[in-house]
Amino acid sequence: MTARRHRSTFRYIGKRLIHAAFTILGIAVINFLLLQLAPGDAAEALAGEAGTADAEYMESLRRQFGLDRSLIEQLGAFLLRIVTLDFGWSFRHGMSNWDLIMDRLPATLLLMGASILLALIGGIVMGVIAARNVGRLPDRLISVGALLLYATPPFWIGLMMIVLFSVKLGWVPTGGMYDVIGGKTGFAHVLDVMWHLALPVLTQAFFYLAIYTRLVRAGMLEVLNLEYIRVARAKGISENRIAYRHALRNAVLPLLTVVGANIGTFLGGAVLTESIFSWPGIGRLMFDAMMQRDLNLLLSILVLSSIFVVIANLLVDLLYAVINPTVELK
Amino acid sequence: MKTDMTLRMSRRAILLSGAAAGVAAMLPGGMAWAQSAGGTAVMTIAPEPNAMVSAFNSASPVAVISGKMVEGLVRYDWDLQPQPELATGWEIAPDGLTVTFTLREGVKWHDGTDFTSADVAYSIMELLKQHHPRGRAVFASIERAETPDDHTVVLHLSQPAPAMMAALAGWESPILPKHVYEGSDPLTNPANNAPIGTGPFKFAQWERGSHIILERNPDYWDEGKPYLDRLAVRFYADPSARVAAFEAGELHLGGDGPIPLNEVARFRDNPGFVVEERGIEMNNSLDILECNLRNEHLARVEVRHALMHAINRELMLGTVWYQLAELLTGPIPQSLPHFHTDDVPAYPYDPDRANQLLDEAGFARGAGGMRFTLRLIWPAVGDTYDRAGQFLRQQFREVGVDLVLQSADVPTFIRQVYQEYDFDLSMFPSSVTADPTIGSHRFYHSDFIRQGTPFVNASGYDNPKMDEVLDAAAVEPDPDKRRALFHEFQRIAMEDLPILPLARPIYVTIANARLKDFMTGPEGVRNGLGAAWLEA
Repeated sequence: MTARRHRSTFRYIGKRLIHAAFTILGIAVINFLLLQLAPGDAAEALAGEAGTADAEYMESLRRQFGLDRSLIEQLGAFLLRIVTLDFGWSFRHGMSNWDLIMDRLPATLLLMGASILLALIGGIVMGVIAARNVGRLPDRLISVGALLLYATPPFWIGLMMIVLFSVKLGWVPTGGMYDVIGGKTGFAHVLDVMWHLALPVLTQAFFYLAIYTRLVRAGMLEVLNLEYIRVARAKGISENRIAYRHALRNAVLPLLTVVGANIGTFLGGAVLTESIFSWPGIGRLMFDAMMQRDLNLLLSILVLSSIFVVIANLLVDLLYAVINPTVELK
Repeated sequence: MKTDMTLRMSRRAILLSGAAAGVAAMLPGGMAWAQSAGGTAVMTIAPEPNAMVSAFNSASPVAVISGKMVEGLVRYDWDLQPQPELATGWEIAPDGLTVTFTLREGVKWHDGTDFTSADVAYSIMELLKQHHPRGRAVFASIERAETPDDHTVVLHLSQPAPAMMAALAGWESPILPKHVYEGSDPLTNPANNAPIGTGPFKFAQWERGSHIILERNPDYWDEGKPYLDRLAVRFYADPSARVAAFEAGELHLGGDGPIPLNEVARFRDNPGFVVEERGIEMNNSLDILECNLRNEHLARVEVRHALMHAINRELMLGTVWYQLAELLTGPIPQSLPHFHTDDVPAYPYDPDRANQLLDEAGFARGAGGMRFTLRLIWPAVGDTYDRAGQFLRQQFREVGVDLVLQSADVPTFIRQVYQEYDFDLSMFPSSVTADPTIGSHRFYHSDFIRQGTPFVNASGYDNPKMDEVLDAAAVEPDPDKRRALFHEFQRIAMEDLPILPLARPIYVTIANARLKDFMTGPEGVRNGLGAAWLEA
């Protein structure tokens, strides 16, 4: 029985990975073609910053960036690099795209992971509390709070938190990932990073926290009226155990679907949070690459991001089966 | 014949080089005894630079960081006259065809190698002249660089190049080590991101997207300097984040207008901060409206005169620039007093006169009271141009000209204006630099109608008389005659008006009041910060 199940799981993963490879290739080609629509090129972006250039300089830049080649040649070279996982060289930054991205990716993953975790845990706890007290004061407070967080633009919350907690109260730094002057090491460094992480994580998490709270609340309310819960109550199982072991397991499945779909959005939202909090992540790198028409770098980031999102979604799908063993992977 | 300026300069240069370095260090502030050494100052540069050396990328953020580590032959005083840096003296031959630099002795590169004349010759001939965005033009006349000994460089020119003497600062034309660059592709040399220079600070770390750390150079030739142990540069993508960082005391210094214009007044009223308006006199970035003369309406000079009359610039000063700007009388601002004149045709705000000119030009008001429509494009950098666009739209409506506004990101702007000539009016920051031959020539000379090249004559303006004056000014070694030529340039420019000069915005420098002597000359925050110190 379990052996067969394992075999089918592996076959499922294999199938999904092959799908994923084609999806990513498709995304890469579409991105490449879409970015060609942006007027102006890297040489013009560079000249724009310098405020000056002559024809020879522009020509040498274009040659250096490989912009003098035909579109088909550029696309071919790009796809070849993707397939061989060679992400190329950023002439804008004078270093390899892979190094550039790997320098910045951990910061974004930390921010993303921490805020997803916070939104998930917070959303589940709040949602369960609200559902168990439906119509009463705690439910009202949580619902109004969630509505407020849902309706307020995250960048505004972020800025207001900086004004309050950093400028007025001086509790946390205004931005950055760690104290660049102090040179802390070991545990002190970890604490320092967490200190810097607090406001960005809250800013990024609030919106999703609100969504998840409402989702869990609705899911719980639905499940709590089902027969099997009544059976569980009849068996004399404690209310806490019913809520967290029996009801939540089923209520959380739709939540999981939404989280899976949100992973890409979290990555996108990083641009905003990273800008406000000067967080040295990939979102900012991506934004600047667009503005500077550093298309090789931008495409590398987009491809890596799509690989990441595809894998994360695969993991979420696998989680279904873990949470609810009756779900079959096909 | 040796010019007055040259004589004065070389005498002072020789005097300085003879004096003890310590005395020289005390001259500017006269407060050397009060300075406390040590500490880490934190500054910001926006946006984050893409390289560390300004030889191959002359963008402003690169110049700011570059200026801390690498140096030039000279620096400039507040009168924009050259002062010794790596060169202790210089002499321009009476015919202007040879320039001899005497170099400072005992200077070492950050890697311990001696600095010599070979480095200077190599930097100018092989690096700046070949690869600097402006270098090909600025150093065009240099035919060869001779190095008779380790501390003398003689530049031989095909024709006099007076503008060159205004472009030798370290942040503009850095001198780089020959032994590091020779035999490599200079554009991809690793030292571009981890410079080896002669400057007061040494490169230590660059965490992209986050910060740069520079360490004090203990072997700096200007003994005792720099006073700071370390200089940290942090990056804040969001201007409001910069405001917060200043207010939280995390940030000591930021130049080139680091905070939104509407916040400047609040910082000025706060004794914890210093708002410095100087330090942009080498840049002279002007906000201008370039007219596309290929447009049938703008081709008529009366129309251009009328548009200038239609703008209430006194009102614009407050609304658009929050009073932080100098209203221009012509293409050369007052911050270049040795070239500026206001003895030029003027176009005061006068809507009646504007209407009359447009009527006379034969563009009568049609249905809806509009005569014709123009498209105004600007690069989306900051929000000043958004305000200016809205303002101009209202002003031009009064005289029956409908303005369609287009804000474009920088590469789009450049493609549309300079490659496709697809615009009617273009509003952008145009830098005169420290010398109009470098900065203004390209916008007014007909030789610079070069499709596809950014920031040149996009209007299509072509006046042989103008070309003649600009050509003469470029090679005139006599300062008085040169000034007369530039006065003539300003008169013709304001008569023909291919470009409507609006204002010279003042990009302030903000500093925490604890940071002292951060502003030592017209280069502003591009200076090496060797003299800067933190009050305990």
